[in-house]
Amino acid sequence: MLTKRIIPCLDIRDGRTVKGVNFENIRDAGDPVELGALYASQGADELVFLDITATNEKRKTLSELVNRIARHINIPFTVGGGIGSIEDVNVLLQNGADKISVNTAAFRNPQLVSDLAGEFGSQCVVLAIDARQEDDGEWYVYLNGGRIKTDTRCEDWARQGVDRGAGEILLTSMNHDGAKSGFALDITRRLADALSVPVIASGGGGTMRHFVDVFNEGHADAALAASIFHFKEIGIPELKRYLQENQIAVRI
Amino acid sequence: MASLEQNKEVVIIKYNAGNIQSVWYALERIGVNAVVSDDHDRIRNAGKVIFPGVGEASSAMHYLREREIDKLILQLKQPVLGICLGMQLLCAHTAENDTACIGIFDEQVRLFKPSDGKEKVPQIGWNTLYDLKTPLFEGIDNGAYVYSVHSYYADLGTHTIATSNYIHPYSAALWKDNFYGVQFHPEKSAETGERLLKNFIFTIK
Repeated sequence: MLTKRIIPCLDIRDGRTVKGVNFENIRDAGDPVELGALYASQGADELVFLDITATNEKRKTLSELVNRIARHINIPFTVGGGIGSIEDVNVLLQNGADKISVNTAAFRNPQLVSDLAGEFGSQCVVLAIDARQEDDGEWYVYLNGGRIKTDTRCEDWARQGVDRGAGEILLTSMNHDGAKSGFALDITRRLADALSVPVIASGGGGTMRHFVDVFNEGHADAALAASIFHFKEIGIPELKRYLQENQIAVRI
Repeated sequence: MASLEQNKEVVIIKYNAGNIQSVWYALERIGVNAVVSDDHDRIRNAGKVIFPGVGEASSAMHYLREREIDKLILQLKQPVLGICLGMQLLCAHTAENDTACIGIFDEQVRLFKPSDGKEKVPQIGWNTLYDLKTPLFEGIDNGAYVYSVHSYYADLGTHTIATSNYIHPYSAALWKDNFYGVQFHPEKSAETGERLLKNFIFTIK
């Protein structure tokens, strides 16, 4: 049967992982390819590389990195961060990325989602949404890495994105991100139940139990996390064994 | 490493459906330096032919017909491996935009319909294989995981050599004479995918 996916996320700046930490079993944890290959060998189901480079050299550095990742890593990977045009995406896919994720640029110009799905197919278009629950209880879309609030409800934008051809939704709860107190179960479940495409939950995973909850109660199709894997607070093999013991279908 | 027949190339058919670079790299990882080409002679003379594909069926068939690659594929005598859309295009017909395809396999290609509204379409992720047949799956066990992304699937039929289950059982792989097709992506399926590619390149005659 189809399994739930565990997805480590690597932040990249100038071709290097940002949260470079001490892994004794690889030579260079700052090298996204080495760290990605380690996660792949440990049973990660996919990888996400999020580029936060702000310089003009960004595009070339990133496409070279994507090419190296595609060459060395034998599981699917998504590339995101500042993608704003068909040409950006074409370069990344040509270099071997399986999927790309769009966020702020897609919100500013929703036609971008339609254009990308039409040109390359929905299967490679991941719509990333950063959402925050406000005092009124509603979840709103935030842009520019969470710095700019919008008045659009998360569910409305997610639905529009899917209607325009997004093949997956990557939902990050800003309320939960970094807190390690569990994923945002209610909004994840609302999106997962309402949408016809898979939902990847992100933000808040701190214990193995949190992953069980986001699959069982949040109805997520996949769960993404960064620092708990980078700082070895949770190992992917032990996480997958724990999920299996809790009757969740995972690839082991 | 076992060697391919002397001077015989592995040719990946070049056309307007993605993932060619990924397939090329996966072959490189198993020590095979493949050629990407749409040249008829080069494809005809290849030792092994890989027909990849990610994309939409009718535009892919249109592109292949314009260049008469569809007719060429029908005439190929060496082992041919269709991947994902490539496998579906080797069937007679797909429901995707009601498209007539190349016609090696007579299994129908249909759109997944969620049984209770819960299953997502496309299927994205890792699923298990079972009822494995032919040397293509040598060394691969029942229950092995492979990565798939697809909204359309081929029915079970006389050519089915591997089954997966999503909403219902479907053909994860097909085989007829020298033609093989896999619905999943061996180039993205970790060790299982690498073993399958090795089997196709080095074992299948």
